[in-house]
Amino acid sequence: MISILEQLEERRAQARLGGGQRRIDAQHAKGKLTARERIEVLLDDGSFEEYDMFKTHRCTDFGMDEQHIPGDGVVTGWGTINGRQVYVFSQDFTVFGGSLSETHAEKICKIQDMALKVGAPVIGLNDSGGARIQEGVASLAGYADVFQRNIEASGVIPQISVIMGPCAGGAVYSPAMTDFIFMVKDTSYMFVTGPDVVKTVTNETVTAEELGGAKTHTSKSSVADGAFENDMEALAEVRRLIDFLPLNNREKAPIRPSFDDANRIDDSLDTLVPANANTPYDMKELILKIADEHDFYEIQADYAKNMLTGFIRIEGQTVGVYANQPMVLAGCLDIDSSRKAARFVRFCDCFEIPILCLVDVPGFLPGTAQEYNGIIKHGAKLLYAVGEATVPKVTVITRKAYGGAYDVMQSKHMKADVNYAWPTAEIAVMGAKGATEILYRSELGDPDKIAARTAAYEERFANPFVAAEKGFIDEVIMPHSTRRRVARAFAALKNKREERPWKKHDNIPL
Amino acid sequence: MIQKILIANRGEIACRVIKSARKMGIKTVAVYSDADAHALHVRMADEAIHIGPAPANQSYIVIDKIMEAVRQSGADAVHPGYGFLSERAEFAQALAKEGVAFIGPPTGAIEAMGDKITSKKLAAEAGVSTVPGYMGLIDDAEHAVKIANEIGYPVMIKASAGGGGKGMRIAWTDDEAREGFALSKSEAANSFGDDRIFIEKFVTQPRHIEIQVLGDQHGNCIYLNERECSIQRRNQKVIEEAPSPFLDEATRKAMGEQSVALAKAVDYCSAGTVEFIVDGDRNFYFLEMNTRLQVEHPVTELITGVDLVEQMIRVAAGEELSLKQEDIGINGWAIESRLYAEDPFRNFLPSIGRLTRYRPPAEVDQKVRNDTGVFEGGEISMYYDPMIAKLCTWGPDRGQAIEEMRLALDMFEVEGIGHNLPFLSAVMDHPRFVSGEITTAFIAEEYPDGFEGAPLSVAQETRLAAVAAAANLVEARRAAQISGAMAGRGNVVGGDWVVTMGDSRFEAVVADRGDWLFAVTIGEETFTIDLESWCPGDLLIHAGVDGTPMPIKVAPATDGYTMRYRGASRRVFVRTPRHAELAELMPEKVPADTSKMLLCPMPGLVVNIAVAEGEEVQEGQALCTVEAMKMENVLRAEKKGVVSKINAEAGTSLAVDDVIMEFE
Repeated sequence: MISILEQLEERRAQARLGGGQRRIDAQHAKGKLTARERIEVLLDDGSFEEYDMFKTHRCTDFGMDEQHIPGDGVVTGWGTINGRQVYVFSQDFTVFGGSLSETHAEKICKIQDMALKVGAPVIGLNDSGGARIQEGVASLAGYADVFQRNIEASGVIPQISVIMGPCAGGAVYSPAMTDFIFMVKDTSYMFVTGPDVVKTVTNETVTAEELGGAKTHTSKSSVADGAFENDMEALAEVRRLIDFLPLNNREKAPIRPSFDDANRIDDSLDTLVPANANTPYDMKELILKIADEHDFYEIQADYAKNMLTGFIRIEGQTVGVYANQPMVLAGCLDIDSSRKAARFVRFCDCFEIPILCLVDVPGFLPGTAQEYNGIIKHGAKLLYAVGEATVPKVTVITRKAYGGAYDVMQSKHMKADVNYAWPTAEIAVMGAKGATEILYRSELGDPDKIAARTAAYEERFANPFVAAEKGFIDEVIMPHSTRRRVARAFAALKNKREERPWKKHDNIPL
Repeated sequence: MIQKILIANRGEIACRVIKSARKMGIKTVAVYSDADAHALHVRMADEAIHIGPAPANQSYIVIDKIMEAVRQSGADAVHPGYGFLSERAEFAQALAKEGVAFIGPPTGAIEAMGDKITSKKLAAEAGVSTVPGYMGLIDDAEHAVKIANEIGYPVMIKASAGGGGKGMRIAWTDDEAREGFALSKSEAANSFGDDRIFIEKFVTQPRHIEIQVLGDQHGNCIYLNERECSIQRRNQKVIEEAPSPFLDEATRKAMGEQSVALAKAVDYCSAGTVEFIVDGDRNFYFLEMNTRLQVEHPVTELITGVDLVEQMIRVAAGEELSLKQEDIGINGWAIESRLYAEDPFRNFLPSIGRLTRYRPPAEVDQKVRNDTGVFEGGEISMYYDPMIAKLCTWGPDRGQAIEEMRLALDMFEVEGIGHNLPFLSAVMDHPRFVSGEITTAFIAEEYPDGFEGAPLSVAQETRLAAVAAAANLVEARRAAQISGAMAGRGNVVGGDWVVTMGDSRFEAVVADRGDWLFAVTIGEETFTIDLESWCPGDLLIHAGVDGTPMPIKVAPATDGYTMRYRGASRRVFVRTPRHAELAELMPEKVPADTSKMLLCPMPGLVVNIAVAEGEEVQEGQALCTVEAMKMENVLRAEKKGVVSKINAEAGTSLAVDDVIMEFE
């Protein structure tokens, strides 16, 4: 009897070695942790329970029947992050290069199914050479099984992908369908076709890093939502993100005890908006000063920097923030920033995370580059996402809210619940100069007259009161009281319920 | 008595004057330029008058504009502060013409002391020790050599109209004297349009020590001891103290009495300062007299208990000095640190922008004083002096005054701009400064290659690690209290941690003693860490370590914090022993070599790129123009090279440290 028990321990010990010590050392030499070490760092100490540790592949071709390694290149199971349940799969590069076989895919599917059933997030740690060629179409079928489950879980449980090594070919499409993708700088890359194929087909010479490294995907393609220095930091930041997210779409966002007074006044905000309307200021300062404990988890920090997106807490509870950033392109809406914000707003709405919108927008970016690439459809994405969202929506206009961009940025008309404006707000169809040049075209030859007209327009329209008179602004607030007001608004909206008509699903302008 | 004072100045000194005036029940009028519409001095004054555009030469130093403000406000006296119009005789005359009191010395004294040669002659006549030198004009190089030999080498050859090191040469030999004379003369002609040259003894191991004098309109004059201002960077004073650690009573008395003699010789009244250079043998020589309130006057106030601004106002009102020389003593020790908006890590480049955070340490009567002209949310503009505050501390002796300063600097929170707080902290911990063995060359000698952060001792790092471990425990436990945790399966936070910073590694065992006290054992030592006044999210940990205050600036960072303490900054990781073991497998990333790149020094917009890829550029050649804060800044090549890649074009908006172009 004892020996049978001991046998289990032996088998476990062998399984834990994965591809063997030599390959573990090679993994370490690349600056990467092993699949199991990553899980150790990601989850609470001792909370991981592994499933399918002994599962092996069924392939007999190409001599594969001679090679069986328990676990088959992926470690799966569940554990906790600060006591909250999450499911995890972690691909083991030391076993067949982490390649995906039919059984490897089955293991992933199993925890995807369980996560969906119990309503817990799935975190995938990707480090795989791709499909297991020896298995042929069975491997491709495995990918598709994972994809289908990604789709079914989408909007039900948060799905997070961390790319911690290669992720190429079909493998990229599972992360692509998850809510967030993070990458590790210098040791991870993602692409549909690698540099060699690119060279053959298009004759372009490009390195793997340039084609699909962390920098490319966080700043150029927007495929990834963030990049971190190394495995340790990436996993610590995923823990931090999970603390912001509900476990599923039936739960409210989590509450963490906060030490920050919801009524905190910040006098320095009274001078945030510069006297000159064309001078930029850093909207991030406002976000940090509204947030509990200056804590802002920024999403896509390096992409479309004219729009800020990310999570904060107010009175301990998660709030999603999107805000125009006047420091970059004057905070205008363009294709990239519209797409970035639209996706973020939809994530928040899926998961019952209240949304705060901070507005200083001069309008949409003009130009052929924008029109030819479809700013109409892309801008519509944000408009659509905002109008569709039923979570509590609070808006603060700090300065400019011009034209169509005013409507898009969570205006009252897009079913925002509470709309505040600072006294510095200018809610108008456009800036004074542009408006007078259209309204008084016949007087354009007379600079004095036009100047007088501009001044008159500014006096009448460059303020929040025209909108407030019409009820489009619920209250004009002092900048220093923004945190207190926003916290009160969200407290008042705690039990908000809003229904949209039944539909199979919507048809957002993709 | 004076009813209403207009302060013809801005910033901290305007605020300082307003405080004393208010204490005396006198109304105050501020003047302000466009850039200062929301400034602190404007908020503090009873009324404020706009005097023009931001540049000082269109506002603060335009006599007509100030006079107009005086008329408009009905002020019966004007305090000029320091700088700006404070030493302009025409201004004092203009005020006199309209019967408005100038809170400062008589016009004659300003004029007499305003010229280097005249003032030196007057000083010599008044029996003040002056640097041996030749007062007359020097005809030619041979004449210069002859005089140099009479004085004895080393000598300094100086332009009469000089300043800021221009037209100044040191000569140790006849040849150097000849050459120095020629160079100084041409430089002086070019820079000042005045090629008069004089020669004087070059003082070795020089210290800058100055005497505060105070006179009234009735012929009374006293001295209020000395201030030592040897800690200077390129002639810009950084740290001052009173008294000087170097003077003995006899020297102090001699310097004081000579200063009073000089003041009397020019019928001086109001507050003034006689500056001396003192050599290693306590020989002192007159440098110049500043006929105004000095920036560093608070240290004198702290050791004498005299409010100098109040005295200036009383004197201007015609009152007789109520203080006699025998009333002036030395009570303890005071130190002043000047807070500059200059980034010590970027070669003290002026830094402008918004003060997103500005929290000076709490002022404590007679112990911690902060003369400030700015506030949180205020803007540091490019138009004026980069000095934004003067932090002073007092102690019964020098050591305790320094210790108070260390604590006060560690508690001073300034964010949003580059500033010299780390440098000030570093000096306070510098053994040579602590010993008092300082000269005006201190900074140049001790920081020859610039400043890269202060060193921390092992003991200091260990305490930092202990505080980090305790703070981390508080945060880890709080994180485990999140809603939605599995019942009975929550995250149990242990007490064993590994703290790493740089190459240092500390194994810490943290035990909660209750009431926000934590016993942290590192090696053989156990520290009691008091975190009572800290909550997660606070950016200043006012920690107690074994009962001693240890303020640390802290910013959360992945797996730990960035902590700033005593002029040092440390990225601190706090991990479980297992995580720390795994972290050691992480590759060390070498920061990218930026020496072959042109980095954007400030956030801004590219106006133009002046070179093309593949082009060879020479040192000093304009590479591109970046517009920031409506100012165009031309960025130039630091050395010869070939442009290999250009990453920006006209219209690109850039953040600090964005790579504009790369070189081969």
